[in-house]
Amino acid sequence: MDSSRRPNSGPNAASPMGPELARLIELLARLPGLGPRSARRAALHLAKRREALLAPLAEAMALAAEKIRPCSICGHIDTAEICSICADPQRDDGALCVVEDSADLWAIERMGAFQGRYHVLGGCLSALDGVGPEELRIPQLLARAAEAKPREVVLALNATVDGRATAHYLAEAFADLGIRTSVLAQGVPMGGELEHLDEGTIAAAFMARRGL
Amino acid sequence: MAGGAPARAALRLRLARFRSWSALQLEIPAGASVALTGPNGAGKTNLLEALSLLAPGRGLRGASPEEFARRPERAGWAVEVLWRAPEIEADSAELRVGADSEGRRVARLDGREVGRSALGAPARLVWLTPALDRLFLESPGDRRRFWDRLTLAFVPEHGERALAYERAMRERNRLLEEASPDSRWLGALEEEMARAGTALSLARVETLRRLSAAAEEASEDFPAARLSLTGLPEEALAEGFAPEEAEAAFRRRLAEGRPRDAAARRALIGPHRMDLEAVYAAKETPAALCSTGEQKALLVGMILAHARALAEFDDAPPVLLLDEISAHFDAGRRAALFQALADLGAQVWMTGAEARLFESAPPETLRLTVRETLEGSVLEGA
Ligand SMILES: Nc1ncnc2c1ncn2[C@@H]1O[C@H](COP(=O)(O)OP(=O)(O)OP(=O)(O)O)[C@@H](O)[C@H]1O
Ligand SMILES: [Mg+2]
Ligand SMILES: [Zn+2]
Repeated sequence: MDSSRRPNSGPNAASPMGPELARLIELLARLPGLGPRSARRAALHLAKRREALLAPLAEAMALAAEKIRPCSICGHIDTAEICSICADPQRDDGALCVVEDSADLWAIERMGAFQGRYHVLGGCLSALDGVGPEELRIPQLLARAAEAKPREVVLALNATVDGRATAHYLAEAFADLGIRTSVLAQGVPMGGELEHLDEGTIAAAFMARRGL
Repeated sequence: MAGGAPARAALRLRLARFRSWSALQLEIPAGASVALTGPNGAGKTNLLEALSLLAPGRGLRGASPEEFARRPERAGWAVEVLWRAPEIEADSAELRVGADSEGRRVARLDGREVGRSALGAPARLVWLTPALDRLFLESPGDRRRFWDRLTLAFVPEHGERALAYERAMRERNRLLEEASPDSRWLGALEEEMARAGTALSLARVETLRRLSAAAEEASEDFPAARLSLTGLPEEALAEGFAPEEAEAAFRRRLAEGRPRDAAARRALIGPHRMDLEAVYAAKETPAALCSTGEQKALLVGMILAHARALAEFDDAPPVLLLDEISAHFDAGRRAALFQALADLGAQVWMTGAEARLFESAPPETLRLTVRETLEGSVLEGA
């Protein structure tokens, strides 16, 4: 029963690596899409390219850690108090696009057919996961829209049950403010997450958006 | 269809290390129907189950995949069928499902590895097993699952919609547990429930319409059940309300029912409460009050109607797997059953403990005996 007595296993076994490397692997393994195995491979790759990759990466990360913050207006992740989109004077104030997170914003920007402003909620409503309107940037969104009075709000939320319920919720709230909303057209498959769709599909869904 | 060789059929079946079968190779001349007899535990149901695995899902036993590998070896297993179907351009193709010794599942079409769903279009199968004998006596949930399985054959997105509906319902249940839930949020979830739920109900009602139409076409005297679906929004849809009206009414009822649902800690109305009611038309008797043989006859009538509706839908009848089909039937009803199956023009795989049960089956039926030996199940009398 006493596992510490067994050779080569348990906490007393000699570790094949120092604590610094073990810690790096442990952290890398928490990244989306990486497991312990690919984390070990990534760590080894970095270790072999100490000067060319590991040190610059560490520097970039330290800088990012210092600078990255959600934009105080729209919630988009960027490195300034006000993000580059909110700060851009060329953007159309009359159109506001609501997305779940920054990855969706990037996906829409990649297709390059939307010239308005964004609002990043930080997720979608889910009672089961304990995420209510207060946990998202919904109060800020409504306050912002009540003041800016955009002509149109596009609800570009994922085609999941929670994403659609969030869209219904926001459509009602905007209706009370007298603001027109539209949702992305069919074509975003059921359960589909924007960030995983190709640009053509997003563009088509965007062009054919309709009132909710 | 009747008379000619069935357009959809298994022409050759090979099994390797599947349950009680260590090896089997069987040719089925011109896609004839097959009657398997033999003592209890011989391996008859296992053979039908092997065929059922060509269709999506867990097969006719609903078993978990680890059970399929033959004990005690527990090596890889395979089911390989030369299958004729109108969906296959070259007339027939080799469909194969199996697992390697690590349990990794593989599906192949003519040797090429494919997703399992790729076999589903040609491998249209309909089955009836003794596990369904108590359908009319069991809980509404069993009847709902049964009806949803029939519906899934016509509407592939039915399963996904059911999941979406259930998710929205569970979200609403959770929200209703709060002391003063956000009513706009409840409304948003009810809108989602109404949308997905009405689509679910619509598909179920459409299945009812298809089966009823198929039952009317039937010329044979096999007893028909008069079926109806109870619950909301199914009833409104069956009464002919437009889907938009039924959806709006369902949504309204959900909103009105919040206090009641909160007290019950669940939604008291909705497609998750649907039930299937069957009446033995000739006697005007509810199915649950019918005799054992009559209930089985009603079930068989439903399965035949489903098969006929699918024949219409696909332009070729499905292959039928009928486990212990005639055990509860008297000679007259058995003869009517074989006549109905002949009219359908489908390939049918049947099992029964005794050969005399199939005396009135068509003469071209392939009659085989299954026996258990030390090396596993074997076939005799081909
Ligand atoms: N993985 C397995 N490996 C070996 N034998 C198995 C496996 N799974 C099931 N069996 C055996 O297969 C035997 C035959 O089962 P099957 O249900 O096909 O019999 P049957 O001919 O339909 O009998 P009945 O007339 O009682 O319905 C059973 O004795 C069972 O123990
Ligand atoms: Mg059996
Ligand atoms: Zn911003």
